[in-house]
Amino acid sequence: MNKFSFILAISLILFPTWSFAESASENYRTYCMQCHGMTGNGMGANIQDMSVQPRDHTDAKSMSSRTDAELFKVIKEGGLAINKSSLMPPWDSTFTDNEINDLVKHLRKLCKCKHEG
Amino acid sequence: MNEVRIPMALYMLNRISGMLALLVIFIPSAANAMGAEILKNQCASCHNLTGPAPASLGALWARKGPDLFYAGNKYRQEWVEGWLQNPARIRPAGMFYMQHIKPGPKRDVVDESTLSPHISLNADDAKAVAAALATMKAKDALIRAEKHDPGMSPGPLGEMMFDKIYGCMACHQIEPGYGGVSGPEVYTAGKRLTPEFMLSYIRSPQAWDPKIWMPNKHVPDGNMQKLVNYLIGLSEVNFDE
Repeated sequence: MNKFSFILAISLILFPTWSFAESASENYRTYCMQCHGMTGNGMGANIQDMSVQPRDHTDAKSMSSRTDAELFKVIKEGGLAINKSSLMPPWDSTFTDNEINDLVKHLRKLCKCKHEG
Repeated sequence: MNEVRIPMALYMLNRISGMLALLVIFIPSAANAMGAEILKNQCASCHNLTGPAPASLGALWARKGPDLFYAGNKYRQEWVEGWLQNPARIRPAGMFYMQHIKPGPKRDVVDESTLSPHISLNADDAKAVAAALATMKAKDALIRAEKHDPGMSPGPLGEMMFDKIYGCMACHQIEPGYGGVSGPEVYTAGKRLTPEFMLSYIRSPQAWDPKIWMPNKHVPDGNMQKLVNYLIGLSEVNFDE
């Protein structure tokens, strides 16, 4: 048994409920794609009867109008927090702040954009 | 002679009532044992009967059917018994929607070819399984913390609350084919679920299922009662007509 395996084995014994933070792409897949779509284009499986369409995360123009702080806020507190639709729910009971920060970075990858003031 | 007969009759009566009492105890427990056996042999490959709920996304994605270890707190027994004999899909996009959708021309769509029907049971087996599930009461404290008030009607605002104010319809269908597909249909929820479970689950989906893709909308207590009463009313509408 090498040193790494030994430490891993000890960790598993000491921390049986050890859980690793979920990656942003896995969180996006699980929680966001239901409305924002498999490619993030806003065309999710749920949108058929929605009164407001979900944001297209691949649209650099609209995504660059938002600051990272706004994206963080809308994920954590929901659409109403930035005067947008209540159909975007608050995810504060689902994600840690770190996971939300990672999701904001993930959104910047999807739109291939950053905030332009 | 009469002196002998009376105690004898009393003795027999005592024996018979004893046996009847035993029978009353025995019938449900026999049904439970039979139901538990069916659960173990036919259901456990898709349903978690012992808990805990998935604690990672990997485990969440691998889940094939709803967790049943708290079935006695979640479902109405009579609904379980009926549904098992004539099962119909409750989740339009299956257990985990990402495994059952594909890109479509206008939006992602459910890929029906990936969905398979639930097994059905005969009446005796369904009754036994429903009885066994009714005894599975994990997370009792969450249920005890809720008190349903059937008097708090949302009136005509129920649908507006469900659809617009809390946005629940984004993921849930409020009539066949109308609403979102990533969550279970809710037009049958009032018949399927206990009011306390609905209250508790809306209060905190994560308390029941830590990784579930339903968010906590932080609904105030009074509005939670109204949402649940809206769902109960909705389940009394006959959509077949």
